[in-house]
Amino acid sequence: MEAALQRPRRVRTPYLLLLPGGAWLLVFYLVPTITMLSVSLQEGSLERGFQLTWHWQTFTDVVGNYSPQFIRSIEYGLIVTALCLLVGYPLAYAIAFRGGRWKNALLFLVILPFFVSFVIRTLSWKFILADEGFVLGPLKHAGIVSSGFRFLATPGAVIGGLAYNFLPFMVLPLYVSLEKLDKSLLEAAEDLYSSKFTSFRKVTLPLSMPGIFAGSLLTFIPVVGDFVNASLLGGVNTTMIGNVIQREFLVNNAYPVAAALSFVLMIGMLVGITVYAKILGTEELTG
Amino acid sequence: MSATAVDLSAPPVRRRRIRRRGWVFPAYTAVVLAYLFLPIGVMILFGFNNTTSRFNFTWQGFTLRWYRQLFAIPDLVTALKNSIAIAVISTIVATIIGTMIALALTRYRFRGRGATNMFVFLPIATPEVVLGASLLSIFVTMGIQRGLGTILIAHIMFNISYVVVTVKARTQGFNREWEDAAQDLGATPWTAFRTVTFPLIFPGIMAAAILSFALSIDDYVITSFNAGQTLTFPLWVFGSSRIGVPPQVNVMGTLLFAIGVVAALATVVLQRKRLA
Repeated sequence: MEAALQRPRRVRTPYLLLLPGGAWLLVFYLVPTITMLSVSLQEGSLERGFQLTWHWQTFTDVVGNYSPQFIRSIEYGLIVTALCLLVGYPLAYAIAFRGGRWKNALLFLVILPFFVSFVIRTLSWKFILADEGFVLGPLKHAGIVSSGFRFLATPGAVIGGLAYNFLPFMVLPLYVSLEKLDKSLLEAAEDLYSSKFTSFRKVTLPLSMPGIFAGSLLTFIPVVGDFVNASLLGGVNTTMIGNVIQREFLVNNAYPVAAALSFVLMIGMLVGITVYAKILGTEELTG
Repeated sequence: MSATAVDLSAPPVRRRRIRRRGWVFPAYTAVVLAYLFLPIGVMILFGFNNTTSRFNFTWQGFTLRWYRQLFAIPDLVTALKNSIAIAVISTIVATIIGTMIALALTRYRFRGRGATNMFVFLPIATPEVVLGASLLSIFVTMGIQRGLGTILIAHIMFNISYVVVTVKARTQGFNREWEDAAQDLGATPWTAFRTVTFPLIFPGIMAAAILSFALSIDDYVITSFNAGQTLTFPLWVFGSSRIGVPPQVNVMGTLLFAIGVVAALATVVLQRKRLA
C-alpha cells in the first residue's frame, strides 16, 4: 500500500530536483545563446540602437574578414593540443604506472597550479620571457642570442603560454583512463612474448583512447576561444578569434559583428566535436 | 631473443619488476612538475622583492614590506573583496542546485534524462568567450545594468555544470539499496537521505565546491564581458599589467595559493578519517 502511494511522488521528484538548476541554465545559457543569434542579425549602432533586420550578410562578412584569425586559432588549438598530448601522456603514464603510493600526491601536484590565478600565471611567463628578463637578459649579455631577439609577441610565446595553462586539462583525463586500465592485460601481452612497444601500441594506447579523446577536447575547446594568452604574451601577428570578439564587443561596441563571430565559433566547435566523437566513437565524455 | 632464453630459467615476473625500475619516468615527472611550478615560484619570490619602482622586474633584495602593506592599494582590495564575495555566493548557490541535478540524473530514471545530461554538459563544451558574449548579448538587449549581479549570474551558470559533473562521478557508483534499507527500517525519505545518502556523497560535494570556488575566483574571460565598471581580482591584475603589476598582487596570489592548498589538503585528510 505504502509503496503504491509513494510512486507518483517518485515520478515527480527528479523534475523537482532539476527545476532550479535547469531553469538557471535555460534562462542564462540557452536564452542568451538564442539572443546572441538574434543580435548577430541586427543592424545599427550603439547611438542609434539596434534593429533586427535579418542581415545574414554579417555572417559572410565576418567569416571573410576574420578568416586569418579563425584559421590561426584552430592552428594554435591543434598545435597546443598535440604538444599537451606529447608532454602529458608520458606524465600521466608515469604517475599511473610508476607512481606507487605517491600517485595521489603527484596528481595533486599536477592540479596545484590551478590555485594560482590564470592571469597571474600568464603574467609570470611574460615576466620570465621578457626581452631583458632573467632568461634572455644574461643570454644577450653573453652574446649567445642577438640583442634584438624577442620571444614575446611571437607565435611561440602564445603557443607556449597556452600549452602551459592547459596541460593539466590533458593530464587528468589521461591519468583516469590509464589508472583504471586492467594491468593483467599487459602481463598477458608480455607472457605472449609481445615486446614492450607492441604491448603499449596494442593494449595501453587503445584502452587509453577515451582519455585521449576527453583530454584533447578539454584542451582544444578552451584554447581556441582563449584571448588572455594572446593579449599578454602575443603581439599584432598572434591575434586570435577570442581577441577579435572581445574587441568588437567591448571596445568597438559592434555587437552584431561580435555576436556573429561568437556564433560561428560555437557552431564550428560543436560540428568539430561531433565529427571527432563520431570518428573516435566514444561517449565517455558526457557520461 | 636472448632475454626469452633467460626468462625460462628464472621466474619471469621478478625479472620484469626489476627491469621496470628505471630513472627515466621519475626524472621526466620531476622536469614537467618543475615546469608547472616555475611561474608560481617566480610569483612567490617576487612578492618578497625589495623593489622601488612600479616595475617589479629585477631582484633588489629580500623584504616583507609588501606583506605589511598588503592592503595599501584601495582599488585592489575592493577588487579582491568583490572576487571573494562572488566566489562564496556563486559556490554556495551552484553547489546546491548542481548537486540536486546530479542526484536527479543518477538516482532516477525519467523522461528526458539523456537530453538533460547533454544539456548540462553544453556550457562546458562552449568556449568561455562565447559564454561571456552570449550573456552580454542578453544583458545589452534587455538593458540590464552590468555589475556584481550580472557577474554572479554568469559565475553560477558556468559553475552548475562543473558541480553536476563532479558530484555525478561520486553518486554514479552509489548503492540505492542502502537508502531503501533505511526506509524499510522506518526512516522517512528525508531522514534516509540525510543520514545515509548525504554522508556518502559529501566528499563529492566538497570537491565540487572547491572546484567552483577556484573557477569563480580565477575567472577572467566571462567576467570581462559582464562586469561593467565593477572590478574583480583577475580583472584588476589584467588591467594593471599594462602599467606594471605591483608586488601586492604577488603577495595576494601567494596567500590565495596557500589557502587553496591548505583547503584541498584538509578535505583529503577529512576524507581519509571518514574512511578509517
